[in-house]
Amino acid sequence: MMKISQPMKGLDRVDEICTKYNCNPSNLIAIMQEIQVEYKYLSEEALTLIAEKLGISTARVYSVATFYENFSLEAKGKHIIRVCAGTACHVRKSKPIYDAISEYLNLDDRHKTTKDCLFTLETVACLGACGLAPVMTIDGEVHAKMTPDAAVELLRAIQKEEVTE
Amino acid sequence: MMKLTRDSFHVFQANAKNALKQSQHATSVLICAGTGCIAGGSMKIYDNIKSECERHGLNIYVGLKHDSDAEKSLHVKMSGCHGFCEMGPLVHIEPMGIMYIHVKPEDCEEIIEKTVLGGKIIDRLVYHLDGVAYPKQEDIPFYKKQHRVVLENCGRTDAEDIEEYIAKDGYTAFEKALFEMSDSDICQTIIESGLRGRGGGGFHAGRKWDSARKQSAPKKYVVCNGDEGDPGAFMDRSVMEGNPHSVIEGMLIAGLAIGSDEGYIYVRAEYPLAVDRLKIAISKAEKFGLLGDHILGSDFSFHLNVNTGAGAFVCGEGSALTASIEGTRGMPRVKPPRTVEHGLWAQPTVLNNVETFANIPLIILHGVSWYRAIGTSMSPGTKAFALTGNVVNTGLIEVPMGTTIREVIFDIGGGIQNGKQFKAVQIGGPSGGCCCASSEHLDLPLDFDSLKKIGAMIGSGGMVVMDEDTCMVEVARFFMRFTQNESCGKCVPCREGTKRMLEILDRILDNKGTLGDLELLEDLSDTITHTALCGLGQSACKPVESTLKYFREEYLAHVVDHYCPHCNGPKKGLVIDPEKCKGCGKCRKGCPVEAITGTAKQPHTIDQDKCIQCKACVTNCPFGAISMEV
Repeated sequence: MMKISQPMKGLDRVDEICTKYNCNPSNLIAIMQEIQVEYKYLSEEALTLIAEKLGISTARVYSVATFYENFSLEAKGKHIIRVCAGTACHVRKSKPIYDAISEYLNLDDRHKTTKDCLFTLETVACLGACGLAPVMTIDGEVHAKMTPDAAVELLRAIQKEEVTE
Repeated sequence: MMKLTRDSFHVFQANAKNALKQSQHATSVLICAGTGCIAGGSMKIYDNIKSECERHGLNIYVGLKHDSDAEKSLHVKMSGCHGFCEMGPLVHIEPMGIMYIHVKPEDCEEIIEKTVLGGKIIDRLVYHLDGVAYPKQEDIPFYKKQHRVVLENCGRTDAEDIEEYIAKDGYTAFEKALFEMSDSDICQTIIESGLRGRGGGGFHAGRKWDSARKQSAPKKYVVCNGDEGDPGAFMDRSVMEGNPHSVIEGMLIAGLAIGSDEGYIYVRAEYPLAVDRLKIAISKAEKFGLLGDHILGSDFSFHLNVNTGAGAFVCGEGSALTASIEGTRGMPRVKPPRTVEHGLWAQPTVLNNVETFANIPLIILHGVSWYRAIGTSMSPGTKAFALTGNVVNTGLIEVPMGTTIREVIFDIGGGIQNGKQFKAVQIGGPSGGCCCASSEHLDLPLDFDSLKKIGAMIGSGGMVVMDEDTCMVEVARFFMRFTQNESCGKCVPCREGTKRMLEILDRILDNKGTLGDLELLEDLSDTITHTALCGLGQSACKPVESTLKYFREEYLAHVVDHYCPHCNGPKKGLVIDPEKCKGCGKCRKGCPVEAITGTAKQPHTIDQDKCIQCKACVTNCPFGAISMEV
C-alpha cells in the first residue's frame, strides 16, 4: 500500500497571504485562490483565520467559498484529473472517458477522491481547447484527443511512477 | 527603459518600424503557443528548434531585428493562436510564408536544415486537401474565406513583445485619442462605427460609453469581461493570449472616453496562459509609460488590474461580474439601475467584452468608413467564432458579419467529419438555440438580428456543429444540466425551474416520458424566460425551445416510440427461434398487423417492417420461442 505523507502545514502562510493583500476584503477571492494553491484546499481553520484577518464574518467567507466551483473545502488527492465536459468535448464523446476513469479508480458520484489520496476526479465546464476535443488535464497539463483507454493508460503510468518513488 | 512621452513615443515607434522592416526580410520561425498547440507539444518544438539552431551555429534573437544583431541569425518566437487548432502544433516560417502542420519535436532538425537553411519545402508537413498541397497559409481554404482583422496579429506577432506591437501601429490609436480627440469625439466615433458588443447582447458600445461619460461621479471604472464561460467558445482566450496589448489599448481609450482612471480585466481561472500574458503585457506597458500615472507625459492616468474568476458561469453577467471583483458571491442583481450608472463599487462602469475592446483601436486608427465597409449595415465589422464539434477543421475563425452559416461550416470548416451528414449547429452556448439542417437556416447570415428571428443568438461566438448521429434531446439536456448546475440560486424561476426541466428531460431520455411532458417543457420554458432575474435564466431554455421546435420528431421518438436510434443503438426486433418453433400458427393468428408468416409445422418468421412490437405473439407462443433480439 502506498503511503502519501503530506506534512501538516501550519496556518502561517494564510496569515502571510492575507497580509500580502493588505487584509482587504475585496481581495477575498484572490486570497482564497492563493491559499488553495498552497494548501490544496480551504480548511475550516483557514477560513476562520481569513475572516478574522479581514475583519469580516466567517459566514461571509464561507458564503464566497461555497459559491465558486474552484474552491474546495475538502482535501484533494495528490493528482487532480479534470475531464472537460464542454459542448465540443461532449459531442466528441468525453463522457465515456470520465466513466472509464471513474470505474478504473473505483469512484462514484459521492467519492471523487481515491482512498489512497492519489487522485481526485473532476469535470470542468470548458478548457477552451475545443480544437483538441475531447481533452482532459492532469495537474493542469492538457492531454488532447483522449480516448477512454488512453486516459486509463496515463493514470497507470502515474501510479507506476508513484510506486517506484 | 525611460517612460515615454508623446515625442519619444514617435521616435520609439519609428525605430521599431525600421526594426520590423528589417525583421520582415530576415528568416523567422514562429511557433504557435496558443493553449491548443501547447497541449500538442509546441513548447518542446520551441526548445528543439532552439537547440537545432545552436547545432548549426545560428544565432537566435528574440524581439525585432536590430542593427546590432549578428548577420547569420534567426528569429525564433512564440506567437498567439493561428486558429487552425485541428492541425496543430503549427509552425510558420517567414518571409516565405510557409505553414507546417502537425509538427512533431523530431521534425525540427529537418525544418532547420531543409527549410530554413536550404529554402526547400517539406511536403510531408504541408497541409493537403483533395490531393493538392497548400504550403502557404493564405492559400489554405480554411483561411481564404476569412477576414482577419481583430485576430490578424494573433499568430503573427510575439504576444509578449510590446515593441513589435508598437511597430505594427500599436498604441497609435490611443495616442491619437489622447492628444487629438475629446471624450465626446471618441464616443461619437464609436457610435458612428456602429460597433456592437461582442459578448452576446449586441448592445451598441458607443451608446454605452456615452451614457457612462455623461454620469458625474468621483470615480468611474472600465471593466473587461474575459469570463468566457460558454462551453465551446475560446475567441476571447485567443485574443488575450495572442494580442493582449490590443485589449489594453481598447480599455485605455474607453478610460479616456468616459473619464476613468482605473480598469479591471476579469479572466476565467481556466485560462492561466491568458492571465500570464495579460500580466506581462500590463507590466511592459507600465514600464514604457503607457499605463500608470501621467501617460505619455499627459495628465491622463490609468491603472489596470487583472482578476481571475473562480469557476462560476454566472459571473459572465455584468452585475455578477462586478460583485465578484468586489470579493463577494457573484450573483446578479435586479436592473435598472444599469451598470453604466451603478456598476463596480456602485460607480458608473463601462463593461465590455474582450473582443469589443480589441475592435476599438482599429476603429480609431482606420476610421469609421473603413470599419463600416466590413460586415452588414446593422452589424458592422467582423466576428470571431470558435468552430468546434463534428466539423473537419475545428479552430478559431474570423469572418465579416453577415457571412452565412453554410459558408462557415462548409467552406471554412470543410464540412462534417468522417463524411457524415450535417444535422444542426448550436450557436451562442447555453444561451443560444440550435439551428436545424434546412437550407433556409444554413443560408442565414450570421449577424445580431437575423439569428434572433429563429430563436437563436450569436452569443459570444461559439459554434458547435453536430452530425447525423447526435440526439438533439440529449443535446438539450446537456445544456439544461449545464445551466441548472450554474444557476446561482437567487431567483426561484431559474433555481427551481431549470431543475424541474432537467428532471423532465432525464425522464424523456430514459424513454419514460409522455406527450404531456413536452407541453410541460414548453410551459416551464415560457415561464422561466419571462420571469428569471438575469440573462442566464432568461435564455436558459433556448436550447430546449429550439430543439422542441425544429427537432420535435426526436422528442416524439423518445416519448411515443420509447426508442431513439441515436441513444438506444440499432433497433431490436422480436424474433422466432426456429429450433423451438413447432409451426403451430398461434402467433400468426394472434398478430394484429399480420406481420408473421409461415406454413403449418414449419418455423414461422416475423416481418420487422410490419411488426409494432405489441408482444402479443410472445404471450401466445406455447413454446417460449419468441423473444427480443439480443
